[in-house]
Amino acid sequence: MNGDKVFFGLSRAAGVFVLLLTLGIGVFLAVTAVPALRENTANFFTTQQWLPDANPPAFGIAALAFGTVMTAIIAMVLAVPVGTGIALFVAIYAKPTLGKVVAFLVDLLAAVPSIIFGLWGLEFLMGNMIGVSAWLDTWFGWIPLFANDQDVYTRSIFIAGVVLAIMIIPTISAVTREVFVQTPQGHVEAALALGATRWEMIRMVVFPYSRPGMISAAMLGLGRALGETIAVALLLSALFEINWHITEPGGNTFAANIALKWNEAGSIGLSALVASGLVLFLITLAVNMAARLIVARKRDFVEGH
Amino acid sequence: MNDLTSGLKRRRATDKVATGVVYLTALIAIIPLVSILIVVFSRGIAAINAEFFTSTMRNISPRREGGGIFHAFIGTLEQVGVATLIAVPVGIMVAIFLVEYGSRGKLAAAVSFFVDVMTGVPSIVAGLFIYTCFILTFGFDRSGFAAALSLTILMLPVVVRTAEEMLKLVPMDLREASYALGVPKWVTIIKIVIPTALSGIITGVMLAVARVAGETAPLLLTTFMTQSLNLDVFSGPQAAIPTFVWDQIANGTNPSMDRAWAGALVLIVLVAVIYIVAKVLAARFAPKSK
Repeated sequence: MNGDKVFFGLSRAAGVFVLLLTLGIGVFLAVTAVPALRENTANFFTTQQWLPDANPPAFGIAALAFGTVMTAIIAMVLAVPVGTGIALFVAIYAKPTLGKVVAFLVDLLAAVPSIIFGLWGLEFLMGNMIGVSAWLDTWFGWIPLFANDQDVYTRSIFIAGVVLAIMIIPTISAVTREVFVQTPQGHVEAALALGATRWEMIRMVVFPYSRPGMISAAMLGLGRALGETIAVALLLSALFEINWHITEPGGNTFAANIALKWNEAGSIGLSALVASGLVLFLITLAVNMAARLIVARKRDFVEGH
Repeated sequence: MNDLTSGLKRRRATDKVATGVVYLTALIAIIPLVSILIVVFSRGIAAINAEFFTSTMRNISPRREGGGIFHAFIGTLEQVGVATLIAVPVGIMVAIFLVEYGSRGKLAAAVSFFVDVMTGVPSIVAGLFIYTCFILTFGFDRSGFAAALSLTILMLPVVVRTAEEMLKLVPMDLREASYALGVPKWVTIIKIVIPTALSGIITGVMLAVARVAGETAPLLLTTFMTQSLNLDVFSGPQAAIPTFVWDQIANGTNPSMDRAWAGALVLIVLVAVIYIVAKVLAARFAPKSK
């Protein structure tokens, strides 16, 4: 009987430990960030420079926030349609064996370490994407976003966004695939029996049923794109200015900036980097919690049915 | 009638286009993987030889060819090993709490939710946490062990999730048969439930190992890089394969880039082998009933 109590206590302690860990991340980051935020002479949210070790320290996250959000948006615009398409292919279109092979290969893509994505992006993809960026500039240059006044097309936010897209496709397609598979077979057959084409069946049955899952899959992908460090750090040219011309060299993100500045930072510098990391943590936390809550609500809905 | 047939034609055309687009996305998904594999293999093979596996970078200038990855390989082995030794028992205990004790409780629901949320914590934040907590607050030095702790944070939610799934698959009958024989609950869990779920848990752990073995960002924050072998995970600077690649890229010379690609090749083979073995084992040990 006593053994039971001890064992229950241990397992409960492990559970509580996980809760404390998540809480602890926020607390320790916040406490460490205080000195830099106190010394900072510039506005933390609107300043586009990073001089925390100067006298007096002046730094802000405006350029970091812009680069982080912009690369993530580009990644989402590319990865959500492709990831959804893959999920449709695996769950609905392909024969089971072929579907399994494709699913396995896409999952394998998720296992590729980010430093390899970075190295590949830097040495291989960047050179091959110059044509695409130049093409965007030539034909869509009248849209400020795609204009390129420098005629240099490397180390841009755009290329970082493309690599991030490739990195989050497996996340999006894996989660989406699972919700597609759960579509009630009766609804699918009813739609087909009424004469719907396969695409109409998908639009009228699969998508509405899977919408919460699809949204949360996209948000999980977004969370991963926002926090990705090494690939982005290798690709971007780490400039501290907001540049809306996404195919020009420039841009920086929270995570990449921490990795690049870490070993040259003084004590206020480290504290400032932790402050920017805290902002990143809170953003990803909010995105992830929202994604999980959407799925949880959907689960209640389905099981209550 | 004419309207009907033209409508049908249009609907069928739309369906054809949709099918084409879906097949195209599947193709698009495969291209990056194939491209990465080809590029990493073709560029990495140049610097791969016996010396690369058996020597360190000690006394080798970035401009020179030669040297190797031995120190980094040992570092990765030790750091991932320590992370596994911590994350697996803790993770399994959390899973036991969720499945065997906590079901339907408020605490269990909260733990389960935050395990999910932890899956999405960026790896660099895990590194920041260990730096601010273990190094700044508790006053330890940067070391391989600090790196291992940050990897533990990343492994833990993966281990909990897979262990939880596997424990749920253990049939209730087994537990009840054990209780009926008068065996206490905790002995039942250790002797009956865990062994039944073990193969599944092991493959889950392997997937978690494959995930963290390639992590670079948390190591940059919690260890110092070195070109020499350091067997002691608890003190001094220690290299790892991902930081080795990062370091060689930073050097930027031709011999260094060759070494970076060779390191990337070793890393990708290492991760892929662990990953594929885990998937094959998972398929073999998967419960046949459903």
